[in-house]
Amino acid sequence: MDFMVFQYPMITVQACLDGILLGILFALIAYGMALQWGVMNIINIAQGDLVILGGYIAYFMYLYGIHPAWGVIVAPVIMYFLGVLIYKLVINKVVDRDLFISILATFGISILFMQLMNFAFGADVVLANSDYGTTMLFNNNVVLPNSKLFSAFISILFAICLVIYMKKSKLGRAIRATAQNARAAKILGVDTEKVYAATFGINAALCGVAGALISITFTIHPYMGLPYTIRSFMIVIVAGLGNLPGVAMSGMGLGVFEEFADYILGTEFRIGSVFLLLVLILVYRRFKLSRKREYLK
Amino acid sequence: MNKNNLILYSGILIFGLAAPFLFPAFKVQLSILCVLIVLATTWNIQGGEMGYNSFGNILFYGLGMYLCASVQVGMFFPLAEWTESGGEKTFVHTPAQFFQGMAVGLVVAAIVPTIIAGLIGYSILGLRGHYFAICTLGLGVAAGEISGGIEIIGAGQGFTTPPFPDVGSLEARGEFFYFLSFFTLILTFIAVRSIYSTRFKLILNAIRDNEDKAEAMGIETMKYKIIGWMISAFFCGLAGGIMGGLVGYIDSTDVAFDGREMGVFMVLMAILGGKGTLWGPIIGATIFHIFKEGFWTFFLGWQYVALGVLIVVIVIYFPEGIMGWLREKYPERFGEVVDEKDHKAQVELK
Repeated sequence: MDFMVFQYPMITVQACLDGILLGILFALIAYGMALQWGVMNIINIAQGDLVILGGYIAYFMYLYGIHPAWGVIVAPVIMYFLGVLIYKLVINKVVDRDLFISILATFGISILFMQLMNFAFGADVVLANSDYGTTMLFNNNVVLPNSKLFSAFISILFAICLVIYMKKSKLGRAIRATAQNARAAKILGVDTEKVYAATFGINAALCGVAGALISITFTIHPYMGLPYTIRSFMIVIVAGLGNLPGVAMSGMGLGVFEEFADYILGTEFRIGSVFLLLVLILVYRRFKLSRKREYLK
Repeated sequence: MNKNNLILYSGILIFGLAAPFLFPAFKVQLSILCVLIVLATTWNIQGGEMGYNSFGNILFYGLGMYLCASVQVGMFFPLAEWTESGGEKTFVHTPAQFFQGMAVGLVVAAIVPTIIAGLIGYSILGLRGHYFAICTLGLGVAAGEISGGIEIIGAGQGFTTPPFPDVGSLEARGEFFYFLSFFTLILTFIAVRSIYSTRFKLILNAIRDNEDKAEAMGIETMKYKIIGWMISAFFCGLAGGIMGGLVGYIDSTDVAFDGREMGVFMVLMAILGGKGTLWGPIIGATIFHIFKEGFWTFFLGWQYVALGVLIVVIVIYFPEGIMGWLREKYPERFGEVVDEKDHKAQVELK
């Protein structure tokens, strides 16, 4: 237990800023989760592993002497095709079935990816160093690595591009139509199979961007995927499907919560507190709904 | 119990009692198999019969593991010093102390998770479907992460369970743990079998098929859900306690609260054998264990890759499991009366 955070206000400022910048990244991953959940009605446990894989793409570029920031462009392209491939192999068989089937099947994919990454890249914690330097604020009391600012900026940029793409483009309209009513969309000539593949691909590409940014800003490790899945799941259930400002806000809220948990409880309880928060949020919603004799659907 | 069943059960019993002497090299594997069957069978109570697919039974398993080992040590020696000394054995259990500790430890390991299941049941079981699945997944992982930060039970460096005392025979350790897990298995089987012949099972099935209607029929669904979950927790805790002694070393995320492995294995074994049947999880666990050991031996290093593929294949192509497949193939064997004409018509339709 460390209560420094209450005695020095600068630590509070630091934690809040760190948390918000981190939360924007979480929101980007959660947006992908909300997209596939809303359109295809599946919950993807392998979400976090796609993120980590995107991170390793950026890390590899860094190893070969290319600046890892270019990973932000390369990772989504590779991940898009990987996402479409996963869709064709596995996901298209679970789309219309029970949600639990999709959870288990993607759990299998998650274990598979985790281990393949472990083989390919080793079990070390790695970081792609971007050499962006740091910014000092408030009389040098608050340290902000420029890479965090960069990652927040890129995440917002990608989110805005995606929102515009969803609103304006033909595919975006087809995706939204399928999300509203897949059968009606099919009758009106939307190739839903293609829409599903594209949705999963876009989700994987978003994970790729987020992963590349995470490898620049924080660290990546083959087994670190599951917490990202849980975080994005949590953000989506707090914000609701298709509520983009809500996703952004709850992502930042989660980021700030984590930073404070890190300071107050200690780093070893950071992941544990995220998982406990998920349980608490679900239980809270359950009691709130049970007053109206309803339940989480 | 008819004659065929009697022959089957006594055959299995005799095989089970003779197994450690017939295959002395596989004693540890057979004990693990017994524990796996217990886990799959009890997962099936709420996963298969009640329709509440839980990834969180690993919570009770891990709790049982830590509780049994802690009680076994704590009854005779200071726990903190034991964990601090790690692998260095500064304290040695005498045989009497070891067995007493194990007995009390197993009782605690079974009772405490049951109580905890009862306490959290009301909150958690109000969630349905995939929310329940994700919530229990979160519970299991959170327990692993948190217990990895608690000093008195070894934190990150793990907890060595008391080594088996020297009782003169080298084979004694394997035989003790084998018979312990085998009798737990028999206990579980008798308990589950007798539960499945009561009204309780029908209520669980009603909850699975349509909970709202079950409630409308006047069944207090929450009460039965909690009881079903507590029964699972009881046997999971017991299995965890035995497994802790068998493995000899407890690590928070790799052995005890291993949601990625054991937590998924339970589900997978039950699904492979066939959810919602008495024999399904038993068959599923046996086949799964044989496959897994095969993978572990022949594809060393690639076992998790094989496991991931196996999960995907089973879930997508084989969701009904072996018993479900048999049931479709030979419905008469399952006591279903088949109308010949109707059956033919259905086959033609397919």
